[in-house]
Amino acid sequence: MADFETVIVETDLLILGGGMAACGAAVEAAYWAKQNGLKVTLVDKAAVDRSGAVAMGLSAINQYVGLKDGANTVKDYVDYVRNDLMGITREDLVANIARHVDSTVHLFEKWGLPIWKDEKGAYVHEGRWQLMINGESYKVVVAEAAKNALRESGVGEIYERIFIVGPLMEGDRCAGAVGFSVRENKFYAFKAKATLVAMGGAVHVFKPRSSGEGMGRAWYPPWNSGSSAYFTLKAGAEMTCQEVRFIPVRFKDAYGPVGAWFLLFKSRATNSQGGNYMVERQGELEKWGFYGRVKPVPANLRNYLGMLDTMEGKGPIYMRTEEAIGKIAESYKDDPKAYKKKMKELESEAWEDFLDMTISQAILWASTNLQPEEGSSEIAAAEPYFIGSHSGASGAWISGPEDLQTDKTRSEYFWGYDHMSTVPGLFCAGDASGASSHKFSSGSHAEGRIAAKAAVKYVVEHNTPPKVEQSTIEAIKAEILKPLEVFAQHNGATTDPDVNPNYIKPRMFMFRLQKIMDEYAGGITAQFTTNGPLLNRAIELLQFLKEDSEKLAASDLHELMRCWENVHRMWQAEAHVRTVLFREETRWPGYYFRSDKPKLDEEKWHVFANCRFDAKSNAWEMKTRPVLPVFEQKTVGRPLAAA
Amino acid sequence: MPSYVNPDKCDGCKALDKTACQYICPNDLMVLDKKTSKAYNRDVTMCWECYNCVKICPNQAIEVRGYADFVPLGASATPLRSSDSILWTVKFRNGTIKRFKFPIRTTPEGTVKPDGGYETKGSLNSPALYTEPASTGLAEVFTLRH
Ligand SMILES: Cc1cc2nc3c(=O)[nH]c(=O)nc-3n(C[C@H](O)[C@H](O)[C@H](O)COP(=O)(O)OP(=O)(O)OC[C@H]3O[C@@H](n4cnc5c(N)ncnc54)[C@H](O)[C@@H]3O)c2cc1C
Ligand code: SF4
Ligand code: SF4
Repeated sequence: MADFETVIVETDLLILGGGMAACGAAVEAAYWAKQNGLKVTLVDKAAVDRSGAVAMGLSAINQYVGLKDGANTVKDYVDYVRNDLMGITREDLVANIARHVDSTVHLFEKWGLPIWKDEKGAYVHEGRWQLMINGESYKVVVAEAAKNALRESGVGEIYERIFIVGPLMEGDRCAGAVGFSVRENKFYAFKAKATLVAMGGAVHVFKPRSSGEGMGRAWYPPWNSGSSAYFTLKAGAEMTCQEVRFIPVRFKDAYGPVGAWFLLFKSRATNSQGGNYMVERQGELEKWGFYGRVKPVPANLRNYLGMLDTMEGKGPIYMRTEEAIGKIAESYKDDPKAYKKKMKELESEAWEDFLDMTISQAILWASTNLQPEEGSSEIAAAEPYFIGSHSGASGAWISGPEDLQTDKTRSEYFWGYDHMSTVPGLFCAGDASGASSHKFSSGSHAEGRIAAKAAVKYVVEHNTPPKVEQSTIEAIKAEILKPLEVFAQHNGATTDPDVNPNYIKPRMFMFRLQKIMDEYAGGITAQFTTNGPLLNRAIELLQFLKEDSEKLAASDLHELMRCWENVHRMWQAEAHVRTVLFREETRWPGYYFRSDKPKLDEEKWHVFANCRFDAKSNAWEMKTRPVLPVFEQKTVGRPLAAA
Repeated sequence: MPSYVNPDKCDGCKALDKTACQYICPNDLMVLDKKTSKAYNRDVTMCWECYNCVKICPNQAIEVRGYADFVPLGASATPLRSSDSILWTVKFRNGTIKRFKFPIRTTPEGTVKPDGGYETKGSLNSPALYTEPASTGLAEVFTLRH
């Protein structure tokens, strides 16, 4: 494309994304880069003030360990995460985040995030690990710290509205990234000595429940489209836990959060017959061995019990908000004034929970004249998402810290730089790094800090500018801009810009991907169930889609971004399908069920299922990696045999 | 129709080259129609109803009409965001009105100090991050190495 300028930016550390992990990385990198005379560059596809999953705000900080008060230990958090993930987790990574996350939360408070306090000045907890916040401006505050850090230190610059497509490579080493502006005809090549990927997870890989206007109201924000997964896969990085998607159970349709209701208000969920699946289906938990007996019950098993009710036709499932509020208010019954005050307080808390982070749910309540103290609201399982920072686990396979290894784990989990992937110079954090779930907003920020510090160390020790030929950059540019060419070349062939035998527009491309995933890889219409033959069929259909991705067409820059977002989703999809196929068991019912391998197989599959795309041979490599404890446990090994 | 623009209120941000709604939308949805100088949401099916465009518009020209495929008509949630709090007016389909006010930050805009006042003790090779161990509230960072 002649009218596209090529802009080359040279930097030392390149931070990709502007969300929680990237903002943590910026604050951390600014300090160490300044000490070492290095330059830091951050690139976001949107405006850092309101980008990523926290763009709207949040009503809780989901990870706070409380180390300074002795409330919990690092090991307590590791135990919690391991159990919730049915035994498959990297303890070194989880412990690393757990030891730093409180520091991040204390910084948030200093920066101006209002965290609820009780009369004694202690944080108000939603649950054991969760803190209540007035979080409308959560992201604004965190972004301000990142921006101030980069600017004050003079080491950094921020590029907004640049969509990052993929990596720039120098042999096997990551040498930066390429992308384009969605505002002007500019193609960007960022050359860097180290690159930190923090572009979030992926939504709209699976068909969402809503398919009209409400399609954008997925639980996970539509603007995170698998860019982290694509980037790391294309760089040749080993990936882990690609089968561990996350399905949240949320208020039905608008996907309002349930955490405050279950944990803070102690609400029950009941089916249409008044039965509580958590009580009535206790027996089912026995089938999942040791993990069925841990407390709290793993998120996927809780989902599964509710799904069994739904599949048996016992829906709707209701969150009994009126009962929960009634119970709390009851203790104030004898004092009418205090009762009124408490009810007002509870009402405000209930609405704030939605208005801070899922405003659609507040509109849905108001539009159905629902007041939570008077009536129940439906809850349901959403479509699957890829969010390794939450209760999923998908992401890149990264090195842990040296000082949190045992003699056994060191050779498997440590290769020099904390949070570096298997590709030299490529670091990952937040949704981009795998096998370290339950980091959420605060832990992702802490993890961004950990990764950034290590990346600076890497640059100091490998301070050579990458060499990339200009011709290589021009070739990548042509590939990235191709959808514009395809459109320009063929658009005159029909009278409808969207229907043309020579090309496919990104919207239909996305629908095709979603249909494949929904029906063959265990989406909503398949009741989250799949099997080997279905997965193999998905792979066949994905290959046709991959071929057709060469014919994606874009009429403008916005559509060009949509084209690449969907290519990113497609790669996330393939990594997922191949890994679900590879792991021949059902370990996370409630996230997915393999009908041909319906049981937990602790003997064979208490391991990580990893994958890697090898560009040279154009083939996927699948392998297992051992799950090794860092902390002493009473119950490693074969919980099923003990059951 | 998720977010929509009231043409009587939108002044196209006075034809500046960067409109506020276009600047902020995390999904690149808000655009200015050059002919009419009014903004519009170019793809409502990709709108998260995050309200960032609503909150930032200097003329309160943007509102949200709940997703028509599952939200009955007639309700609204309208924010008024100031420098330290947000005031919400929630209108029910049956006409009930509720108002809520919540704090949004405890520091003046723009004043955030990245180190939060904590001293940094570690080096590039230690496990302690920037501001640590002070910001952890402990004397040292947890480690298994002794
Ligand atoms: C609905 C919802 C509710 C949640 N509730 C809570 C809660 O109550 N408490 C809690 O602690 N956590 C919560 N979380 C989890 C938390 O939001 C995430 O764990 C956290 O945001 C992950 O951080 P991240 O940096 O990996 O991704 P994000 O914060 O999502 O950031 C991703 C960044 O990458 C950018 N980006 C994406 N693609 C590209 C590209 N191609 N080029 C350039 N930039 C790109 C985005 O613009 C964004 O800046 C919730 C998450 C969701 C989705
Ligand atoms: S921010 Fe408001 S006034 Fe400015 S262009 Fe957008 S809708 Fe119009
Ligand atoms: S509500 Fe959010 S996603 Fe929708 S147009 Fe406004 S800023 Fe964009």
